[in-house]
Amino acid sequence: MGLATDQPQPTMEPSPLPQTYWHVVCELAELTPEHGVTALVRGIQIAVFRLYDDRVFAVGNIDPFSGAAVLSRGIVGTRGSAATVTSPLHKQVFDLVTGHCLDHPQVSVPRYDVRLVNGKVEIGFP
Amino acid sequence: MFSAGQRNLVVVGNGMVGQRFVELLAEGDPDRAWQVTVIGEEPRPAYDRVALSSFFDGSTAEDLNLVPDGFYDDASYALLVNEEVVSVERAERQVITSAGRVLPYDALVLATGSYPFVPPVPGSELPNCFVYRTIDDLEGIRAAVAAARSRNRGRSAGMVVGGGLLGLEAAHALRLLGISPHVVEMAPRLMPLQVDEGGGQLLRSLIQALDVTVHLGTSTAQIVTDGERLLATLTNGTELDLDVVVFSAGIRPRDQLARNCGLAVGGRGGITVDEGCRTSDEHIYAIGECALVDGRIWGLVGPGYTMASVVADRLLGGGTTFTGADMSTKLKLMGVDVASFGDAMASAEGALEVAVSNPVAGSYAKLVVDDQAQTVLGGVLVGDASKYSTLRTLVGRDLPGDPVALIANVEDTGNRLVLADDAQVCSCANVSKGAICSAITEQGLTEVGEVKANTKAGTGCGSCVSLLKSLLAESGVAISKALCEHFAMSRAELFDIVRVMQLRSFSEIVSGYGTGRGCDICKPVIASILASLNTGHILDGEQAALQDTNDRYLANIQKDGSYSVVPRIAGGEITPQGLIAIGQIAEDYGLYTKITGGQRIDLLGARVEQLPEIWRRLVDAGFESGHAYGKALRTVKSCVGSSWCRYGVQDSVTLAIDLELRYRGLRSPHKIKAGVSGCARECAEAQSKDVGVIATENGWNLYVGGNGGFRPRHANLLLIDVDRESLIRTIDRFLMFYVRTADRLQRTASWVESLGGGVDGIAYLRSVIVEDSLGICADLDEAMAAHVANYADEWRGVLEDPDRLSRFVSFINAPGTPDPTISFRAERGQIRPVGPVPLTVSSKAGSSQAGSALEVIG
Repeated sequence: MGLATDQPQPTMEPSPLPQTYWHVVCELAELTPEHGVTALVRGIQIAVFRLYDDRVFAVGNIDPFSGAAVLSRGIVGTRGSAATVTSPLHKQVFDLVTGHCLDHPQVSVPRYDVRLVNGKVEIGFP
Repeated sequence: MFSAGQRNLVVVGNGMVGQRFVELLAEGDPDRAWQVTVIGEEPRPAYDRVALSSFFDGSTAEDLNLVPDGFYDDASYALLVNEEVVSVERAERQVITSAGRVLPYDALVLATGSYPFVPPVPGSELPNCFVYRTIDDLEGIRAAVAAARSRNRGRSAGMVVGGGLLGLEAAHALRLLGISPHVVEMAPRLMPLQVDEGGGQLLRSLIQALDVTVHLGTSTAQIVTDGERLLATLTNGTELDLDVVVFSAGIRPRDQLARNCGLAVGGRGGITVDEGCRTSDEHIYAIGECALVDGRIWGLVGPGYTMASVVADRLLGGGTTFTGADMSTKLKLMGVDVASFGDAMASAEGALEVAVSNPVAGSYAKLVVDDQAQTVLGGVLVGDASKYSTLRTLVGRDLPGDPVALIANVEDTGNRLVLADDAQVCSCANVSKGAICSAITEQGLTEVGEVKANTKAGTGCGSCVSLLKSLLAESGVAISKALCEHFAMSRAELFDIVRVMQLRSFSEIVSGYGTGRGCDICKPVIASILASLNTGHILDGEQAALQDTNDRYLANIQKDGSYSVVPRIAGGEITPQGLIAIGQIAEDYGLYTKITGGQRIDLLGARVEQLPEIWRRLVDAGFESGHAYGKALRTVKSCVGSSWCRYGVQDSVTLAIDLELRYRGLRSPHKIKAGVSGCARECAEAQSKDVGVIATENGWNLYVGGNGGFRPRHANLLLIDVDRESLIRTIDRFLMFYVRTADRLQRTASWVESLGGGVDGIAYLRSVIVEDSLGICADLDEAMAAHVANYADEWRGVLEDPDRLSRFVSFINAPGTPDPTISFRAERGQIRPVGPVPLTVSSKAGSSQAGSALEVIG
C-alpha cells in the first residue's frame, strides 16, 4: 500500500510546527474534471476531485451519514459560490474546500491539503 | 357500544348524500351525543356515483369509494351494508330491517335517493336491458357486452333511452366498453333541461362525431328478442339491432318507505319536508333526491350535500335552513364540455340572451341577462366550458363589461374577472372564495391538493379545480418551475432547448442557459436528456461526470457502497443454461442472489473493481445490461400467455419480449415499468404499470399511467381491441411524449394526471398521441425509430473501451486493493453486509431530509 516515492522526508531539526508529509497519489492527467477518484494513503480513504478550472481538492471518502466509503462517487457541482460534492447515498452536500456539510452545519468530513508538483497530485498529511 | 345519555340516530341509505351527512355530523359532534347506525342496501359502502362512467375507464369500485379509511371503526358509528329497512314503526320509533333487526331511534334520516325511471316500453324487462345507477348495474352491462363481443364478429351495438345528462353519461360508458351507442331522446335536442336550442345543435354534431348515433324527437315503441340479440323499433319506424339497452330517462324519488308509514309525500312523488328538511313527523328528516323541498326534487349532488349539512346542524341544536341551491352543472361528456348555470333557459320575464356560436371551432356560448342588461342571470356553454367557473360566480351580480367579450373565446385581454369574497367557488361543498383564501393564508397552503383537503372545495365534481389554482396564484403562492438553483426552467423546457439548439455537452448548456457548475439535480437531468437524444455511450467525455452514481457505474449502489448487478431477462423468459450461467457467476463472486418483482435476478455485493469482470462473464453467456440502475425502461413483466395457459387468449410472452427489446435503454424522467397479460385475469399486473397491455379476444387493450409503489394508481384505458401495429405505434408515442415533457422524477402516473392543465389528462393524451392534435406524432415516431436503431448494450460498451474501463478501480493509487470497509457475514446460506456504521449522531436527520431514498430494483 502506498508508493515507494512518497516516503516522508527525514528532517534535520525538530520543528515547532506540525510537519506535513506529502504523498503522490496520481498524475493530474489521470483525473477527469468533476469526476472523483479514491486514493488510499496510510490506510485512509481519500476522495480526490479535479474541478472544471483544474483546482484539485481532497476530503475524506467516508460519508458520515451512512458510514459507507462513497463520497468520491458523488456528483461534483456548486451551491452558490461553494464547490461541492453530493453524497451518492442520501444526497447531503459537502463543501469541498472546508469539508463542512452544507445541509447539516454540525457535520463535516476531514479535508486534506493538495498540491500539484510537476503534473503530479500530492496530498498532505500532518 | 351504547354509552349512557347517547341518543340513537338511524340513517336509511348510504349513498353520496347519506355518507356526507354522517361525516358532517361526526365532525360537529366530537363528544358523540349521537349513536349512529347507517343502513345501505348495496353490497358496498358509499361511492362516487357522479363518476360512475370512470368505472369503465380504469377505475375500480375501490377507487370510487367515498368512505374515509376507518370511519366506521368509531364505536359510535356503525354501517350495515346489504341490508334494507323494510318498515318504519313511527309510534314505537323504531325501524325493522330485512335481516329482522329492530333499531330504535330518537331521530331518523331518510337518504334513500332515487331510482331510474323506465318508460313503459314493451320488452323493457328482457335480458340485456339495464338501468344506469349502481356499480352492480355497470357490472351487469359489462358482462353483457363481454358476452356479446365473444359471439359477434362485427362491432356490437347498444341503445341508450334518454338523451339527458345521465343518458349521455351512459352512452359514454358504452363507448368505453367499445360499443357503438344509439341515443334516443324524445325532446328535439340533447340535454333538453340544461341546453338551449343553439347549444343543442352544436352538442349533437360534436357527439355524433364521436361514433354516437343520435335519434331526436322519437321514442322507443317496442323491444323484442332476435336470436341472441335485441331488436328495437322506434316510433319513427327506425329499427335497431342491439346487444344491450340502457334506460337512462330520468330519476324518480324513492319515497315508498315514507308512503308506507304515512308521511306526507308530493303529488308527483318525493317526501315532503320543510326548510329544515323535516318531514311531517318531527323525528324524521329526508335529504337528497328523495326529498321534496319547496315543491321540487333537487337532482344534483350539490343541493343534496347542502341538505346534509342542514340536518347535521339541526341535530346538533342549530337552526340552518335550506333555501334552494345552485343547479349549475358542468360536465365533460366524451371530451365535450357542456355547462349551464343560473337561468339558462332565460325564463325570467324580459330576460335578454347574448349568444356566440362558432361551429368551426366547435363552441357555443350564451349569457342570459336581465331586461336592463345589468344583472347576469345565467348561461349555457357547449364545446368549451373553460369560462364556466368564473361566469357561474357572476350570477345575480352586475354585468362587469361587454357581455360578448365575456363569452367570446378571445385571448385574455386583461379584462380579468374579480370575484367577490362571498362568491361561491365550489357549489358541491358550498365553499366561498373568502373561505378558500383565508384557508390559503392562515394554513399556509401551497398546493391544490392541500386546498381540497382543507376546505373540501373541489372534492365533488372537480369543475372548480382550475379556479382553486388561480386563487392560489392570486394569494401570492408562486409555483416555481425552476429545476434547481442553476436552471430557471423546467425539465421539459430544458429538453426543448437542448434538442432544438442541438447542444451536446453540459458546459455548453450551463454556460448558455444556466449558472454555476450544476448539482446532483440538474446534472442527472441533463445526462438523461442527452441520452434520450442518442448522444453515444453515457460514460463518454463530460457525460460521465453528470451521471448519478448508479448510471456512472452501470449498477445499483447499496447501503455499504457495494453494487448490485441485474442482467436483462426480457419478459422474464430464461433458458436453463441462462439460469445455470447466472448461478455459476454468483457463486464464483460470492454474490447474494434474489428474484426481483420484475421477473429477473438481482446479484448483490459486487465491488466496483469486480463489475467489469462480472459483466464479461454475463456478456459471454449471452446477457446484457438490464438498466436496473437507470431512469429508463426496467422490465416488461408477462404471464405465460396463450402458448401454455388454458385461459390465455394472446401470446403475452412474445409481445413482452418484443416490447422490452424495443424500448430497452430508453432514458426517461423516471423509471418505466411495463406489463403484458395474456387475458383479463391480469396475472402480469399490467394495470399497475406505466404501460400495461391486456389481451382480448380481438387484439390488445392498452393502459397507461399506472403505478405501484408509494402512491398506487390504476392505469387508464387508452386503446381497446387494437392490433399489434397500432399498439406499438401508440406506446412509442406515449413514451416519447413522456420523455420530452415530464418533470424530473415524475412517473407517468402523475404526468398523465397533470396533462391538459390537470383536467381529464387521459383525454388530452389521447388527442395528442392518437388523434395527433398537436401535429407532433411524426416527430415522436421518428425519435423512437432513432432510439431503436441506435441501441447498444452499455456493459459491452465499457468492456470494449479501455478508457471507460479504466474508471472501474477501487483506488487510483492501488487499483487491485478491495475497499476494506465492505464486509459480509452469512445469513441463510448467503452473504449480507456488515455495517456500515454512520459516523455521526445526526444521521437520522440527514436521511430523513434526503430527497430520494435508495431505489429498489424491479
